[in-house]
Amino acid sequence: MSDFPDDLKYSATHEWVRLEEDGTVTMGITDHAQELLGDIVFIDLPEEGKVVDARQEMSVVESVKAASDIYAPISGEIIAVNEDLADAPETVNSAPYTDGWICRILPSNPAEIEELLDADTYAGMCE
Amino acid sequence: MNINTPLQSLQESESFIGRHIGPDDHDTQAMLSELGYGSLSDLIRATVPDVIALNRPLALAAPSSEQEALSRLKHLAQQNKLHRSLIGLGYFDTVTPPVILRNVLENPGWYTAYTPYQPEISQGRLETLLAYQQMVLDLTGMQLANASLLDESTAAAEAMALAKRVSKSKSNAFFIDERTLPQTIDVIRTRADCFGFDIIIGAAADAASHDVFGAIFQYPDRDGVITDLGPMISALQAKNAVTCVAADLMSLALLKSPGEMGADVVVGNTQRFGVPMGFGGPHAAYFATKDEYKRAVPGRIIGVSVDARGKQAFRMSLQTREQHIRREKANSNICTAQVLLANIAAMYAMYHGPEGVRKIALRIHRLTRILAAGLTQKGISTNSSFFDTLTVSVSGAQRDAALQRAAEHGFNLRVTDTATLGVSLDECSTAAEVETLWQVLLGADAAGLDVNVTDATLADSTAIGIPAALQRQSAFMTHAVFNRYHNETDMLRYLKRLENRDLSLAHAMIPLGSCTMKLNATAEMMPVTWPEFSKPHPFAPREQVSGYLQMIRELEDMLAEICGFDAVSMQPNSGAQGEYAGLLAIRNYLNSIGQTQRDVCLIPSSAHGTNPASAQMLSMKVVVVACDDKGNIDVNDLKVKVEQHKDNLAALMITYPSTHGVFEEAVKDICQLIHDNGGQVYMDGANLNAQVGVSRPGDIGADVSHVNLHKTFCIPHGGGGPGMGPIGIKKHLAPFVANHSVVKLEGPNADSGAVSAAPWGSASILPISWMYISMMGAAGLLKATQVAILSANYIAQRLEGHYPVLYTGKNGRVAHECIIDLRPLKAASGITEEDVAKRLMDYGFHAPTMSFPVPGTLMIEPTESEPRAELDRFIEAMICIRREIARVELGDLHAENNMLKHAPHTLADIMDENWERPYSKNEAAFPVSSLRDHKFWPSVNRIDNVYGDRNLFCACPAIESYT
Repeated sequence: MSDFPDDLKYSATHEWVRLEEDGTVTMGITDHAQELLGDIVFIDLPEEGKVVDARQEMSVVESVKAASDIYAPISGEIIAVNEDLADAPETVNSAPYTDGWICRILPSNPAEIEELLDADTYAGMCE
Repeated sequence: MNINTPLQSLQESESFIGRHIGPDDHDTQAMLSELGYGSLSDLIRATVPDVIALNRPLALAAPSSEQEALSRLKHLAQQNKLHRSLIGLGYFDTVTPPVILRNVLENPGWYTAYTPYQPEISQGRLETLLAYQQMVLDLTGMQLANASLLDESTAAAEAMALAKRVSKSKSNAFFIDERTLPQTIDVIRTRADCFGFDIIIGAAADAASHDVFGAIFQYPDRDGVITDLGPMISALQAKNAVTCVAADLMSLALLKSPGEMGADVVVGNTQRFGVPMGFGGPHAAYFATKDEYKRAVPGRIIGVSVDARGKQAFRMSLQTREQHIRREKANSNICTAQVLLANIAAMYAMYHGPEGVRKIALRIHRLTRILAAGLTQKGISTNSSFFDTLTVSVSGAQRDAALQRAAEHGFNLRVTDTATLGVSLDECSTAAEVETLWQVLLGADAAGLDVNVTDATLADSTAIGIPAALQRQSAFMTHAVFNRYHNETDMLRYLKRLENRDLSLAHAMIPLGSCTMKLNATAEMMPVTWPEFSKPHPFAPREQVSGYLQMIRELEDMLAEICGFDAVSMQPNSGAQGEYAGLLAIRNYLNSIGQTQRDVCLIPSSAHGTNPASAQMLSMKVVVVACDDKGNIDVNDLKVKVEQHKDNLAALMITYPSTHGVFEEAVKDICQLIHDNGGQVYMDGANLNAQVGVSRPGDIGADVSHVNLHKTFCIPHGGGGPGMGPIGIKKHLAPFVANHSVVKLEGPNADSGAVSAAPWGSASILPISWMYISMMGAAGLLKATQVAILSANYIAQRLEGHYPVLYTGKNGRVAHECIIDLRPLKAASGITEEDVAKRLMDYGFHAPTMSFPVPGTLMIEPTESEPRAELDRFIEAMICIRREIARVELGDLHAENNMLKHAPHTLADIMDENWERPYSKNEAAFPVSSLRDHKFWPSVNRIDNVYGDRNLFCACPAIESYT
């Protein structure tokens, strides 16, 4: 059974975001997404400094048998990237909401965060 | 039959039909009874929609016996004149070492295997492919090579596509060195036009003066000249352009490698490493690049992983780049590699070793220097830098006389459009040949020239030949695999050892759905290596290949009749290439009638990944059409999408029978709907084996369709290539199919570009399909289709009580393949389709197609060639496996520690003194008693896919790791 923490927001394309105290947003892919993909072997990490629009393709995550695009959940600038995933992509499988984060975004339109799904709605969608 | 049987009934003309089709009349009847039909025609009437039924015999010649067909083909073959071709341009005569010719090229153990999707029973050819990659890396000086592409020219086009993907340049232009091979320029131009790239053709030295995203150079160039590409490469890279080099593999034994000059991508043909020219193919093209571009590489890449016992094992890596996973976002539509030919090239390298290859290259070069020196001595000038190719300055009457003498001596030279003649020497050149060439080029002036004398005068001079700075300093092929098997005894045994690791049709049925693994009869294969078919150069003058061209014309006519088309283009050398070629014809036709805005390609969600990947190559917009829960195209969704895009609709790509193995009733209406809205219908021929003699794509409404000769028409799969994907077209598309810049074809418009390097694709394997159709005739082909459908329905019916069978058409019948659903079992037991696939190996079978077109399923295609006893053996295996799954469901077997999860089992398992599994060794390896008589042992345990992709390693591992 997948985990859907209440304190996160979710996109329909299976990304999660967490609003940090400093106003930045951390994002990754959901537990449900990593379960569907299976053992992750590679993450095409986004570039730091890149400006993305909400729902824009920003990265690709690959398992042995599938490749899935990751979409920017919100608009903004990518201010940090989890470089540890380059050597240990499996962290996304083992800890999708913590050590398996993908990047941090400085939102250009924080209102977009509120438009994302809450845990219950997203969990319902995944059933 | 008795002593009074008349002669008519004793003739053998139809004898091959019973050799090709597995079930005999008695078994056929029994299988029909099982399904409740009285005759094959009853079954077909119940299965195939009436509106598409052909209802007449195909208009083909009466069937011939094997001997009759061989004799007629030999008669055609003998019309070819075997002149000595010194044309070069990427094709050279070579010696296939006899030990490789007989034990690999002519050996069904090698040529009937499929693409190594099931690596545990493919370790032999995977090991050779890894050696192939290592050989390419060493000679090119690059870091990563794939397991081969179709031909040098398409590899060059793929290099351009890679350049666009990875280049940081904003330019939309690609530069081609004007002295690149003409067919390569042609193929790149066609591809660039489809992608919307601009092409700049110019002198190599000027490359960096252009603003481009990439550039390609020929090394040595078309005329034989060797240039230091280093300065151009660095200048281009400084402008963010990706630099590609098309290099001659043999020359690299003596030349500074493109990798050492900094090239980003290196491509070329490996043909001259022991693979016959074959009038253009099949050959393996190599593709090598830098490690940083590994995820942008097209095609198969073989890598190293480990099995469940931690033993080193090989597999196909990074498949997420490919069309079957990434569809229109894939790096390429490429599907087939050229495994058989790549392996022959690698074996040639092993057999000769680095010193042997270097000696061959040195001999070729020495002879070329002697030839050049003699010409120079007599006042005829040539290029001063060269490896094996001279462009000889002769003009006017002198040139005409030389050509006349060349014809008299049986030589084909390269006739340029300037005042020169080209001569390319090769592995088969001798001192005597050089002396004859002097006579040819110099006439009476040749008097007094002597090879030995000229040889002595060359001394250590490097005034002509390879410039000192461009001579190779680095070692190559140092790995043990290239230094162990130089005597024939060792080589023979090594080849046999590798062969024995691979499951092929010589062992068992390979019931891969959508792959049509039917018999590749010996009589069909024999002509491939006849010198008349294997020796000709693709650009040999037409009058020397009249037998070849007659055979090709006859095959075109046969295919046109079988498929209901007006013409056939033989150029596409794979199925995916056929898709590209067909869509290209559609696009060019639409442009010709002013419909340039039409760029939408409708593709059902169930289509092969090559379909969207091919559409993407034409810069078409892929719009996916849904399928209903029966696996048919959702006609309502199709109508909506057609309406939505009717002004821009270019084509629908449809597979028939569907990829779900069903004859869709609505197919004719679907084609009509597309035509009514200005679109064209592309029919994917992957499932043509269910249509031959029963219905015809052209009659159903297809405008163009590719024919996988390697499925329906018996070309073997070669362990992962070669294939052939000619396209049948309706009259209105005929002018728009591929032409060729070197060999002008009749039919297509003069300005139509090439899609493949050779004018008739992989011509030397066409005799296989010619033989098959000639020996089967209309009646035999119809019966083959009927029995293919019978066998699939027989399996479906026998397995139905054990596994759910998905998707059936009218009367509950499937076409030539059936899909069984393992998802409910997975939910109940945790046993996956992969576990079942691996467990089948323990029963001596190759798995059916896994998870296509539906995840969590197996698609079974038995083909007409499998006898009933083999079908029953497979059914028995599947039922036994079902019982094993039931034991897991019931908790009688541990959910993880069971014979399914641990499959396949190896001798290492059986010899394990610490065997502590909750099932016996007997259950592991001999689950049915017949295995005691005949057992195929997988050479490794289950391979760890995740490890392989996380720890990518795509070259030969250190020798200590082979245990």
